[in-house]
Order: sequence, then structure tokens, then C-alpha cells
Amino acid sequence: MYIVEMQKVTKIFGELVANDHVDFQLRKGEIHALLGENGAGKTTLMRILYGLYQQTTGDIFIDGEKVTINSPKDAIKKGVGMVTQHFALVPPMTVAENVVLGYTDSFVLDQAAIEKKVGEAADQFSLDINPKSIVRHLSVGQRQRVEILKALYRNAKVLILDEPTAVLVPQEVDSLFETLNRLRKDDLSVIFISHKLDEVTKITDRVTVLRDGKSIGTVDTVNVTQKQLAAMMVGRDTFGVTRQTEINPDNKKILEVEDLCALDDKGLPALKNLKLSIRSGEILGIAGVGGNGQKELAEILSGVKSPTSGVLKINDKNLVGKDPSDFSKMGMGRIPEDRHEGVVGDLTVYENLALEHLDEYSKNGFLDKQAIRKNAEELIKNFQIKAKPSDRIRTLSGGNMQKVLLARVLSRQPEVVIAPQPTRGLDVGATEYVRQQLLEQRSRGAAVMLISEDLDEILSISDRIAVIYEGEIVGTINAQDATPEKLGLMMSGALREEA
Amino acid sequence: MENVEKPRWRLVKTDNPPFWVKPLIPVLALIGTFILTSVLILLADANPFEAYYYFLFAPLENQVSLLEVLVKSTPLIITGVAVTYAFATGYYNIGAEGQLYAGAIAATGIGMAMHGIPAIVALPLMIVGGFVAGMAWALIPALLKVKLAVDEVVTTLLMNSVMAYIVSAILNGPWRDPNSGWPQSPDIAPSAVFFKLIPRSRLNFGFILAVVLILILWIVMTRTSFGLKMRAVGLGKPAAKFAGIKVERTILTAALISGGIAGIAGVAEVAGIHFHLIGEISPGYGYTGVIIATLGALNAFGVGLAALFFGLVETGAQTLSRALGVPVYLGQVTQATMLLVALGMLLLQRYKFRRM
Repeated sequence: MYIVEMQKVTKIFGELVANDHVDFQLRKGEIHALLGENGAGKTTLMRILYGLYQQTTGDIFIDGEKVTINSPKDAIKKGVGMVTQHFALVPPMTVAENVVLGYTDSFVLDQAAIEKKVGEAADQFSLDINPKSIVRHLSVGQRQRVEILKALYRNAKVLILDEPTAVLVPQEVDSLFETLNRLRKDDLSVIFISHKLDEVTKITDRVTVLRDGKSIGTVDTVNVTQKQLAAMMVGRDTFGVTRQTEINPDNKKILEVEDLCALDDKGLPALKNLKLSIRSGEILGIAGVGGNGQKELAEILSGVKSPTSGVLKINDKNLVGKDPSDFSKMGMGRIPEDRHEGVVGDLTVYENLALEHLDEYSKNGFLDKQAIRKNAEELIKNFQIKAKPSDRIRTLSGGNMQKVLLARVLSRQPEVVIAPQPTRGLDVGATEYVRQQLLEQRSRGAAVMLISEDLDEILSISDRIAVIYEGEIVGTINAQDATPEKLGLMMSGALREEA
Repeated sequence: MENVEKPRWRLVKTDNPPFWVKPLIPVLALIGTFILTSVLILLADANPFEAYYYFLFAPLENQVSLLEVLVKSTPLIITGVAVTYAFATGYYNIGAEGQLYAGAIAATGIGMAMHGIPAIVALPLMIVGGFVAGMAWALIPALLKVKLAVDEVVTTLLMNSVMAYIVSAILNGPWRDPNSGWPQSPDIAPSAVFFKLIPRSRLNFGFILAVVLILILWIVMTRTSFGLKMRAVGLGKPAAKFAGIKVERTILTAALISGGIAGIAGVAEVAGIHFHLIGEISPGYGYTGVIIATLGALNAFGVGLAALFFGLVETGAQTLSRALGVPVYLGQVTQATMLLVALGMLLLQRYKFRRM
């Protein structure tokens, strides 16, 4: 008997069929991956199980009993807990307070008693967390542990994790996997939503692959290769991009950064005398573990943050002290790191496309609506954006949103392209599209900076790779000399290499 | 196994409400308001249906009260427009009341000095003077917001109290009426008075001004790059900044325009209705402007409609009070209830009932 069984579950939103007669079975004490590209229907299916959505048709059984789950409260009562990508924690409260929030049995809150109880629960599940800590002071990985504890404290037998590693740095991923392995020994069942093949093969017992809302099949993880899973997921055998020709070393240096120093949002040093340069027709990959200054570097190169000192030049022209619109005018093509903060969600696609160059799309202060619409229609066609010009941009998928941002920047043929984490959260198809676009910019002669935490991405399209560690470039190597092992050592600060 | 819950009616969130929901909202809001305020009307010993007849229909039945509706709407339209500029940019200007008085002081000061000067000079001078005064009064909270990130809701609100004392000081000091000794300024020059649109009514040039301000708001918001900048800043500050829009400057400009237009509301009241400055020139038009901007969903024509409706209710409240002997404050209670019900409706339109 399965602990959870979903039979022929269909969910329809308007005209979109998000889940199409999906069957899903979860065994007791297994880690079961739900694998699929973005928009394949993984999260929708799990939101149905957790009571956030109701299925249009189909049945759900828990422990063999047919159940109706109308709300997360129902789901929790039936032993289903979910940890979403966006944590539902109250930052100024302690871990213990967050864990018992909404789950207390008396009116009076006895701090010492709940701290003890939560502490015991944490010990029981071997979750390393101090119940007295204030959540605001915890790292993302620790906060996730609090969310897991919250579910377990409510006697969850089934734990749904929605892309749990998306927000974690590699060390935190390891510790999450250790936790999951321990929980599996305690007979807890885990549903692991992911689109990362290596994680799926590393941690799970079985995999159910979803594609376009349909279940493609369930396989035992030991019997399947990453390549086979990828094929099931995307419906084709190969993906990735083809490498281009060697670049000419005589090409001119377009972007130059010297002795760049900056502080992070908390006022601590984030960049320390950072130095790098990019030539025309070159992709420089910035590799590194998240949180080593990549965010600050991208913000400075986008003009939204000022360095405390240092030199930043495009074609020998100074950029320090200029504002974002000057950056654009001087040839910096800036793709925002967080695409949801890079677009104005409640404005339309055509308005967002015009936003960066409003002076060109207006005469005497009046918008040239015809030109704006024409521009939008052209870009939608050229960049294969699945949207109408008048759609509000927040209704677009992540991939289409990213295409809008790419179109806005790349259609200007900028001399420098800054691409921080450009494929984060995108599915395989959109990822390939973005990488292809960056390669096209390279062949056009642009200097491209690719900041990524995904080593495969860096290795697949960079000409040179600079490794950032604690706010410094600890080495720059040519892509053909790079191996994951070597980069791994540099990224952990164990090796320095000058090109 | 008896573990399956019985189906019952539940409120379920829906992402795409059917098309007929939106036009239904004002109707349902009106019905909801009616039901809620009926309790109060019954407490005041009146018949709710009769009361609502006086509220909504009686004012439209004769020309005198119909024109009065437009007169009462005039300051509401102007403050509604003023607040819309600020709110659309994400700057919560609650200070239109004080800015209105700043404009009224300027209009009175200029108006009193216009003896012997023709209207063609006097009127533009007063309007510009009122705009500048409203802007000046809005400048301090706007600068505090942009430079020091001080919350504008608090500062603009408190500036209203400061302005109330300034008006009182002026009326009890330099401008106290020398003849009567009342806290009331001398009258403005005849050439500074807004001309009547229809003889023997109170309807004056101020209403035209209000309509023009609505049209300008519509053009600015939908047709100009500055309008798009304001909306972008209001809807997504980080994205606007990233795209190279000067966020601080946009907020500052919108805040000043908002204050300036609220100042014009003060000009219209002095030059069109009272002809001198008194402490009670506005029974809270600035605050009502916030309600109107919100009810009108920050849309130029929505703001106009909401203001006309409030003008109707206000006129009706007076008729009602005369006819049935209920307090005239019932009008304000109705307006406030209307806002709460409408906001509730706007929220509920994203839900549907389902039996499951």
C-alpha cells in the first residue's frame, strides 16, 4: 500500500491544463523525485496534495483512504507537510516561536516550555538548530531546516520539498541531503521537486517525470542514467550548446575593472581590490560559490550600486559615479540578476520593453505609442517571446520574462553584456536559448560577462574563467585548461592561479 | 471509512474571474453600503428607502440641487486628482488637506491684492500662486522621504495639523476681519472671483478647472513618458531604478505636483465659494480625496466618477437631513462605508464559491 496515491489528477486553469490525468504513488520511507522542466506541472500537483489548489478531477488517497484536502490545514491534519521555495517564517521571532505558531494548545505561551519541546523535536530528528535563535539571524539553509522542523513538529509523515536546493549554497545542499537520509531511516516519506539531474540521482529512490502536465513514467533511480532522465524530461536526447571558434587575442579590451572595492548591504566588505578585463568577442565566466561578492559585482556593473573605490571603464571611459541610464547609453547591456525585480510586473510587455529608453520613445514628453508597440512586436517575434504586447508581464513564465529582458538589452547591440545568473530557475529549453543568445553576442563582438554558480554553464560557454572567492578574483584560466576539479579547488580558496 | 468530509460551500481563490464580475462590483458595493447604513438610518428613526431616495435621487430631480452636486464635487475632483498623482507613484500623500489650505492662503493673499487688476491677470495669478503654495507645503515631507526615507504617511498627515494652526494664527492675527472681529479674512477683489457658469447658482469656473485637471491627469498618466515613469516607480521601484529611471526625482516631482493640485482645490474654494479665508474652508476635502483616488482605482475617469458620486451623496445628505431630521453626518458615514465595502469587493472579486 502506498502512503500517498494520486489517481488521474487533472488541474485546469482557464484554458491551461496544468496536470493531465497524472498518476503518482509514494511509498513509505522513500525519497521520491518529481522531475520536470519549469511549467511541467510539478508544483501544481504538489500544491493540490497540500491543499493550496483543488484538483479539477481525480482522486487522492492517503494510507489507502480517499481524502478531500481543501486547505493546508487539512493536509497537515492528514500528515502532509510542505516546504515551499519562499519560507513562511516570521523573521523577528525565535525558532521555537515560529515552529509552534498556529499549533499551540493553550492561550498562554510558556517560552521555556516551547523552547524545550522544540529543542527535543530538533534532537529527535537530528536537525541542528537552536530553538532560541532569532530567525532573522539565520542563514537560508538554517531557515529551511526550521521549515522542515515545523512540518515534522506537526507530525508530518509526508514531506514535500519544492526545489529545496534552489536557494542553497553547495555546503548547505550537502547538509540538507544528510538530513533527508536520516529522515528516510525514520520512515518519513519525502517528495523532492527538482529539475536538477545530479541531485535527483544522488538522493532519491524513485523518480516520477512530468512533461507538459503529463506523467511520463516512474523509474527506480538506480536503474536509470542522468542522460535517460534528461531525455524523459525534455523529450529529446541531447542538450547544451556548441562551442565556437577561438577568439583573436588581439581583440581590444572593452571592459576594465581595477582595484574595485565595495560593501554589502550589511556594510561589510564584499569586494576587495577586484580586478578583471574582458575583450571584444569574449565570454568571461565568473565562477564561485554563491555569496562571494557576485551579487555586489553585478550590481556595480549594472550601475545600481556604487563602489567604495576602484576603477571601472568601458572603452577607456569612466563609469564610476554614473547612473543606470548613463551605463546603458555608454554601451553596458545589463540583464538584471533577479528577473522579478527587473520588470515592473503590473506594466505591460510593451511598456517594460520601452522602459530603459523612454527618451527615444517619446517626443516632447509624449509617448510615441506606435513606435513602442512596433518595437515590442518586433522583439517578440525576433526573440520568440510567447506573449502579446499588451499582456501584463507578471503573467509570463520565467523563461518568457527573461526573454523580454534579454530582448530589451540585446536589441540595442551593447558593447558589454552583463549576465548575472541568467538561467537561474529556467527550464532546459529556455536555458539553452539564453546561452545561445550570449554566444551570438560574443560572435557579434560584444564583451560578455557570465556570472554563474552553475559550473557546467560556465564551462560550456566561457572563453576564460575567473574564479571569485571572498570578494577577490583568485585566478583566471583559459576555458580549455579548466577542469571542474581545478575550479572546485579555486572556488574553495585552496588554489590561486594567475593567467 | 468515515474520514471523508462532507462537501460544503467554500470560498476558493480564482485566478481569472469571469468578465461580468467587474461591472457588478459598483452595484454590489452600493447594495452592501445600503444594508450596512440602513442600521444607522433606522437608529435615527428614519426609513432607509426614503433616506436613500433623498441621497441618490432627490438631488437629481431639480436644477438647483443638480448644480449643487457639481459644486460639491469640484473640490473632491481636484483633491482626488491631486492624491492620484502621488499614490500612482507609490508616495502616500495624506497631506492634501494641509496643501489645500496652503493654496487657499495664497489665493486669499493674492486675491486681496487684486483690486483694480483685471480678471484675466488675477485668475491665472491666483491659480499659479495656489499651486506654488501647495507645492511648497508638500516639499518638506517629500524631501524628508527622498533624502532620509522618513515615512511620508506620518509627515504629510502631521503637516495638516501644523497648517491648521497656521491658518488659525493668520485669521486671529494679521487677517482678522477689522469690521466684525471674526477670525475671517477680508474679501478678495471682485476681479479675483471665479465667474459663474450659470447665473443664480454657485456653479463656477472652479468646476471647469476640475474637469481640465481630470483630462490632464488622464493624458499625463496614459500618454506621457513621465506618466509611465510614475507608474513604473509606483508599481516596481527596483525595476524602475534598474531601467535607469531616476526614482527619487520622480517621487519628488509627483509629490510636488500632488501638493500643487491640492493647493488649486484651495484656490477654487476661496475664489469660487467663500471669497475670503475662513478656518472651515474644507470639511476634510483632502482626506476625502484619498478615498476618491482609491475608489477611482487611480484612474482619471474613475476619480471623476467617484467624486461626482460623493458630491451627490453630500448634497443628498443635506436634503435628507432637512426632510427627515437625521444628522447630516450620515453623508460622511455613507461615504466611508462605501469605501470599505468597495475595497472588500475588489478583494473578493478574486474568489468564487464552490461546493466541495
